[in-house]
Amino acid sequence: MFGELVTLLITSVLLNNAVLNQFLGLCPFMGVSRKKSSALGMGMAVVFVIVAAGLVTYALYYLVLVPLKLEFMDLVTFILVIASLVQLTEMFLKKSSPALYKSLGVYLPLITTNCVVLNVCLVNISNGYDFAHMLVYTIGTPLGFALVLYIFSSIRERLEVANVPASFKGNPVALVVAGLMAMAFSGLAGII
Amino acid sequence: MNRMQNFKNGLIKDNPVFGLYLGLCSTLAITTSINNAIGMGVAVIAVLILSNMIISAIRKLVPDDIRIPVYIVIIATLVKIIQMLIQAYAPALNSSLGVFIPLIVVNCIILGRAEAFASKNGVLDSALDGLGMGLGYLLAVLAMSLIRQILSTGVLSMTNPFNEAQVLFSLRLIPDNYTISMFSAPLGAFMTFAFLAAALTAYKNNIHKKEEEAAKAAKIEAAKAAKAAKEAA
Repeated sequence: MFGELVTLLITSVLLNNAVLNQFLGLCPFMGVSRKKSSALGMGMAVVFVIVAAGLVTYALYYLVLVPLKLEFMDLVTFILVIASLVQLTEMFLKKSSPALYKSLGVYLPLITTNCVVLNVCLVNISNGYDFAHMLVYTIGTPLGFALVLYIFSSIRERLEVANVPASFKGNPVALVVAGLMAMAFSGLAGII
Repeated sequence: MNRMQNFKNGLIKDNPVFGLYLGLCSTLAITTSINNAIGMGVAVIAVLILSNMIISAIRKLVPDDIRIPVYIVIIATLVKIIQMLIQAYAPALNSSLGVFIPLIVVNCIILGRAEAFASKNGVLDSALDGLGMGLGYLLAVLAMSLIRQILSTGVLSMTNPFNEAQVLFSLRLIPDNYTISMFSAPLGAFMTFAFLAAALTAYKNNIHKKEEEAAKAAKIEAAKAAKAAKEAA
């Protein structure tokens, strides 16, 4: 049981990484990776939102939707929970660290439309995870997202001063970098 | 004319995927085969047109403060309907697209168009905008999937989405020994996207340069004409 959970944690952080293997959360991945500090802030905000959203939606699904036979309402319920949690995070950050709030800017409300969040909630249900597995998966996935986002932002800071062909400037070359990172991460596949 | 212009912008110049970098997740994830790309593209077009029409129809009733949650609930309901239809009539497509059908809810293109266009324009304009942007998305995923499928499997093929046993056409372009399986892996997805986006940027830069040169030439012509007029006087 414990070994299984550790495997699930390593898989969700490194092997089946949300960004590089499942292509989730690419909008903030491209959008907030220009500076290391905002990448770190975004990563932490995402970890918080996902853990909270994962727990709330899991409880809602099994305690409310299943007894009432309203399983088909999952998508609408989950997205509402996520939207309100993001709103809460926004209010909290605005009060507690205005600098971070400013640097995250438009991307903070966009966590609502971050595919990673909804994906974690949906996968928890569709894979039939029990509570322990759900908890590990819910924590592991955003950690993987934050890790890759931070690495990517450090590379992009160097990329700013590199001499890149005109049509590759900006996003295209960043995507090439992401591709190379995906290749590097696929090399970790042997560790389990 | 203006409507037509709006419609055409979505296809190439302001292509939602390659131009604006919206809806990247599904674009990279589902473009391993042409079947997936067309299924996803059609689903997105349907949701985009319907959500744009509904949101533009109720745009004067929704208070400004809570508009985003309202939009999201409308979009989520539409996506759930489409998901149930796909589950019922195209189970093969449903299993190969997997979680990316419900994830249409968080596709930035749809919420982006609702916020940027449908909340300010009439129903017909919004429907056309949805169709244009949706076709732009379809075009983008189709281009990606053509490149990826042909390079990674060497076969250009399509099956009937409603009956997976029925193959519509299948054409081998590259012999089996010379395919590049990398293109079905994440690396191939990122690379294909990067090169297509760079190609579009190069195309746009080229147009921009031509326009600038034309403007410069016109300026010189005008200066010459003015000089000639002065000398004549």
